[in-house]
Amino acid sequence: MLNPYLPYPVRIDEITNEWDDRNLKSFKFVFLNPEDEQKFAYKPGQFAELSVTGKGEIPIGIASSPTEKGFVKFTVNKVGLVSSHLHNMKVGDIMGIRGPLGNWYPWEILKGKNVVIIGGGFAFTTLRSSIVYMLDPANRKDFGDIHVFLGVRNPGMLLYRDELAAWGARDDIHVHITADFADDPNWKYNVGNVPSLAEKKGPPADENTYAVVCGPPVMIKFTQPVLDKQGYAHDHIIMSLENRMKCGIGICGHCNTGKELVCKDGPVFTLAQLNKMAKEY
Amino acid sequence: MKVIKIDKGKWESGLEALKKSYTLLGPKNLNHSFEFKELKANEAPDLTGLNTRMSAKGLVYPQSQAMFTYTLDQNDADHHIMKPLDKKPSKRAVIGMRPCDADAFLLVKRNFDTPEYKDPYWIEAYEATVLIGLACTDPCGTCFCTTAGSGPASEKGLDVILLDKKDYFIAKPITAKGEAFLSASSWTEEMNASQAEKDLQEAGSAAEKKITSFIHTENLRDKVSMEIYNAPFWEDVSFSCINCGTCTFVCPTCWCFDIQDETHKNKGVRMRNWDSCMFPLFTLHGSGHNPRGEKVQRVRQRFMHKLKYYVDKYENGIQCVGCGRCVRSCPVNIDIRRVCELMNHPENATCAAQ
Repeated sequence: MLNPYLPYPVRIDEITNEWDDRNLKSFKFVFLNPEDEQKFAYKPGQFAELSVTGKGEIPIGIASSPTEKGFVKFTVNKVGLVSSHLHNMKVGDIMGIRGPLGNWYPWEILKGKNVVIIGGGFAFTTLRSSIVYMLDPANRKDFGDIHVFLGVRNPGMLLYRDELAAWGARDDIHVHITADFADDPNWKYNVGNVPSLAEKKGPPADENTYAVVCGPPVMIKFTQPVLDKQGYAHDHIIMSLENRMKCGIGICGHCNTGKELVCKDGPVFTLAQLNKMAKEY
Repeated sequence: MKVIKIDKGKWESGLEALKKSYTLLGPKNLNHSFEFKELKANEAPDLTGLNTRMSAKGLVYPQSQAMFTYTLDQNDADHHIMKPLDKKPSKRAVIGMRPCDADAFLLVKRNFDTPEYKDPYWIEAYEATVLIGLACTDPCGTCFCTTAGSGPASEKGLDVILLDKKDYFIAKPITAKGEAFLSASSWTEEMNASQAEKDLQEAGSAAEKKITSFIHTENLRDKVSMEIYNAPFWEDVSFSCINCGTCTFVCPTCWCFDIQDETHKNKGVRMRNWDSCMFPLFTLHGSGHNPRGEKVQRVRQRFMHKLKYYVDKYENGIQCVGCGRCVRSCPVNIDIRRVCELMNHPENATCAAQ
């Protein structure tokens, strides 16, 4: 019997500091057994359990895109026991990953549609996966206009800087970046919060436009009225939830919100679905 | 399948014969309570108790269980890689469990054995276990099995059902697993199957008549989940709760668990341990945010899960078999039967009428 709790062994291949305060790091993992990479076939929006041997597991969204081969990437904020230990690990260290887990952004529905991505802070990880995926030459023709709104607290907390700059220079994606506060004279992006930027520069709603929103609760709270004002139907607003998890496969019972399990029935839900559910996330 | 008549004089010798091929488990009287324990040589189950304090779930799903081992020693070839345990559960039989506990395994199986994911620890232990039930003839005052999908002589989930006839037991095999178990014993006296069936049915209906406690669940499925969730009675229901978690630990159908790494020097095990939705830590995020930080939210979660979420998800009744353990064990007398009544008629409830 296949053991769904057994992580694939991986080696840390690259560690990047994403924030000036070094509290956010991206990790590239390489599978020790190459055939495990085939088994780990994922779609943007899914997550995995990162298993730090001797400390435990944490559920983290997959930041790499399935179009990127040879590694998987995760961006992890230093918060608790496991993530703090992970932040102290070095390139070459061995650990495990278990997944892919959960559902994904509805790529079957998003095909042929305009996509507005709205993200805040380090919740941008699975959105990065989605952008890389949509911009892949083989996939770009499958999508209409792509808008990206990213808000960070201050310029030092801008993650994926080089990639964002490169996307900003392209003519097939509209990138809008803002910092809540900025006293850095070299800051070349907007100042202010995401919802007001999205209100100013976001495309109007129509049947063929979907918003994918992922960020901290406060950003979501103020973004939803803007999307409502712009006329987005609630089944056109796609969100990703987080909850404390252990198994990640719908068995241990930790992450339910109402009858849905965030790990298995989610983490991706439409706002229309969330409206009917208990808000226990 | 052959129904066996076990003369009480041959009961213990038959058990000794079975111990050669099975590990036998059964209730033991620990003075303060009955608990399932392994039956060593010359030990027979004590079948005089009404029901065990802890349910039989721990026999298949231990309260604490190793999942993997690992080494952190860089000199070991496989350091930092999780290794599955090579031990598999051996054949065992539980003798004298009540029918409600067996039915509970069928409910819990829906969680551990799904089309997408199979929990090997639970499934392997469940498959290695033969469930020998003892029909209830004197139900407890807190038993409400007949309105919770089970019953005093229910055969659901059992491999063999026993009926105590004073001088002898009727042993009726229900599954091939149960038949194989009986044939490994030294009990060979066959009994007329229709007579046995008649005796079981009569005993079952006599016991059912002694059950005085009922729940009503007919509205739960059709109610909108959020109507019950937002009903006004949850503050009252949860007021006295001390979040001790006893209800979840004694419950045969509560299945939640935690996973932890336990390291000693350079070696360790990844463990799983029963967890409880009554504990604030159960849902605490790394950020400090807690979706069920309030007691009322946690108490509501437990009852909503058993009596609404489970009902909606599996469309196969409630996640409760009516064993009454949570009612008996709760230190502050929170009673699932009363809560079920409120949930079944949320429109009538303004507060938790005592």
